[in-house]
Formats: sequence, C-alpha cells, structure tokens
Amino acid sequence: MSDNLMRVQPIRNGTVLDHIKAGRGRKVLDALDLIDKGTTITLLMHVPSKKNSSKDVIKIEDRELSESESQKLALLSPGAHVNIIRNFVVAEKNVAELPESISNVAICSNDNCISNNERGAKTKFNIINGNPLSIQCVYCGRKIAQDNIIFI
Amino acid sequence: MKHVVSISDLSKKQILSILKRAKELVPVAKGKKKSKSLDGKILATCFFEPSTRTRLSFETAMQRLGGTCIGFADPSATSHLKGETLVDGIRMVAGYADAVLLRHPQEGSARLASENSEVPLINGGDGAGQHPTQTLLDLFTINEEMGKMEGLNVGMLGDLRYGRTVHSLSHALAKFNNKLSFISPDSLSMPSYVTDDLSCDWSSHNSIEDVLNDLDILYVTRIQKERFPDLEEYKKVASAYIIDSDLLKNAKSSMRILHPLPRVTEISTDVDDTKHAAYFRQAFNGVPVRMALLEQLIGGKK
Ligand SMILES: [Zn+2]
Repeated sequence: MSDNLMRVQPIRNGTVLDHIKAGRGRKVLDALDLIDKGTTITLLMHVPSKKNSSKDVIKIEDRELSESESQKLALLSPGAHVNIIRNFVVAEKNVAELPESISNVAICSNDNCISNNERGAKTKFNIINGNPLSIQCVYCGRKIAQDNIIFI
Repeated sequence: MKHVVSISDLSKKQILSILKRAKELVPVAKGKKKSKSLDGKILATCFFEPSTRTRLSFETAMQRLGGTCIGFADPSATSHLKGETLVDGIRMVAGYADAVLLRHPQEGSARLASENSEVPLINGGDGAGQHPTQTLLDLFTINEEMGKMEGLNVGMLGDLRYGRTVHSLSHALAKFNNKLSFISPDSLSMPSYVTDDLSCDWSSHNSIEDVLNDLDILYVTRIQKERFPDLEEYKKVASAYIIDSDLLKNAKSSMRILHPLPRVTEISTDVDDTKHAAYFRQAFNGVPVRMALLEQLIGGKK
C-alpha cells in the first residue's frame, strides 16, 4: 500500500473537504467547531497536489456539511471542494465559492450593534475583500478583518 | 428612494433635489405661506431614546404641510420595555402610518427596521451610527450661507472621533469636491475608517490657528466630558478648542460657523452677534429640509 493511500483512506459516509489552501486547515476546523464534538476527523496538511503545489484536506466522518458551514469554508479558503460521501461514493461535489454576503455566519464585533441586541436578529455581512478577507456589517457598518472574525 | 437610513443611500442628484425643494419651502416653514401637500398623511415618530430637537423639527415639518404625527417621545411609553422587539414594534407602527421616523440608541437599528417596514423609514439617529437628515440640513445651511457647496474649505473642530455628524458630513462634502481640515486633539482625531473613504483633499491639525484664516466654514462639535477618564485632562483639552470673537479676528469675513447644537462652552456667546454665527439659522433649516424629504418620501403633491 502506497503512502498516499494510507493517508487518504476512503470514508463510508461523511464529508471530504479537499483543496483547502495549504496551512488553512486548522483554521477551518476551528471555524466549523468540529474539534471535540465526538466526530472522527482527519486533518491532512500540506498534501502534495497537482492543482496547487500543496493543499490541506479534512475528512469528517458521518456528518454532512450544512450551507452555513460551507460559507465559512468559502470565506477561509475560497475554491475548496466539498465532497459529500454516501456509502463510499461521492454523492455531491461542490466548490465553495466566496459569496457576496453571508447571513448568520459571523458575529458583529460592535457590542452596540442591533444585531447583537435584538432578539431573533440574524447577522449579515457583505464581503468587501476576498484576500485578505474583510467583511462589513450590513447594519452598523463595522468592518472586520479576517483575524478578528468571530464565527457563530 | 424608499428608505433613508444613511446619507450614502442618497445620490448626488437626490440630495440636490431635496435641497432645491427645501429652499422653496422656507416660507411655508416660517408660517408665511400655507401648504397642504401632506394633507391626511401620518408620520409615526418612534423615539427609543429622547431627542427633543429631532422630534420637534419633524413634527413641525409634518404639521406645516398639513400632515399629522403619532408616536412616542421616549421608550418608557412603549411595550419595548416589556420585551417587545424592535422589528415587531416597527411592523405594527408601519401599518398605522405613511412613514416612520426612528430614533434608537443602537447602531444599525434603522437598517434592520427598514427591512421590516412596508412604508418609508427615516433614520433619526441610530446610536453612534447615522443621522442623515442632520447631514442634509448641514449641506443646506452651507449652500444657503455660501451660495454654493463645492470648492469650499471646510474645517471641522472638536470631537471628530466619536462625532457621527462630522463623519457623515465629511462623506457628503467629499462627494461635492470640498477641501476638509480636521482640527482636534490626537485622542479625538478623525478615524481612519472615515478618512480612508474620502475622495477629496483633507488634512489634520491640532490647532485651530493653523488653518483658521483659510476656512470658509468652521463646523464645531462638542467635546464630551465622558470621553476623558480624567477631569483635569478634559478641562485642558476643552479650553484649547474654544471659539471666541477674539480668535475670529483672523478669519475671513465671509467665514461661517456651524454647530449641530446644543452647545456648551465650545462657542463663546460673544460670537452669537458676529456675522460668523450661522448655527441658529442652521437649527431652523432642519424644518424646511425635513419638509422636502417628507414630501419626496410620502408623495405629497408639490
Ligand atoms: Zn454590526
């Protein structure tokens, strides 16, 4: 068995996040809040890749990514692939494209923003820059740079 | 134009059209001419924090045009305190009125309210955020006092860091190609998130004497005690930014002073009788400008 096969052992059901920007995998895991949740996770970092020189890969067993989780992935690593695996077969394949805006994905850093004070309010941000990532609250106008984004 | 949440919701053309109509409405605002252009129309005024000046000028504007107002002047009169959300309150009141005026202590509240209002929503100030009708009346005042509102050198003095009126006004004046001079202590200087977006010439100064003789307009704001941890420090800073008639000897004779009011000590009362004082006329201008905006939003006939 080659090294590569050992690394990328197929999973029966779940999600494989492929072509994550090299070195971003840990941030993605944090943002998706997957650590210590009882889910079996494999993180591969700096895997040699044909497409890019290297990439990160995350395998999440027995769990499919939701829409808002895909948006978080798109923010941190636009162009990453989301493969939904059912019974060892890729059942769905999507590319996480950087959206124009995100809803209920991140929290506004302004404590006095209505989105932090109104019961039931959703947060909403426009993406003002992709690289480096910068988002702006639709309500209070606060701009937040990538390192300061707090995901929901 | 459906809602007016931020001055940037208005195009240059829309701003000019409101100011033009406001000029025509001055005699009506003064009670010298009658108008029924908003006959039968109702404005709901929702004040989740008190603001007498904003409320009175909108109520006057509405009544001078034959319309009426409903609403509340402070949140203790509403079910807000019983835990009703802003969105629920706005949905209800939008069903009763032809337009809603909202004043609220939290930033972004007007944008959220506008998403849930079937009738035009006007932002009457949301926390440290936007107050677009203040900016419109400031522009109108500059235009009235100087006969134009482009190519001017406009100084802004005082608390430029937290003062939302100077933030919005800077953006609006930049659209009309003016030169801006920001005068403040370092701790209260214009934030970079404002200056980054300015498309005009601007400069920063610590001392009013550096720029005074070049200014066409001096916009003064209050330096608030609460911004300083130390009372001594506040007194020192505040006293360095006081405008009095002595200082104004170095100003152009056509230079005009604006202030959003209320003032405390930042403009000495001996300035009131000089040709420079425009702040009381500015306060009156809130009425015709709000009349013009209300006409455009709720479709009164000219
Ligand atoms: Zn916000």
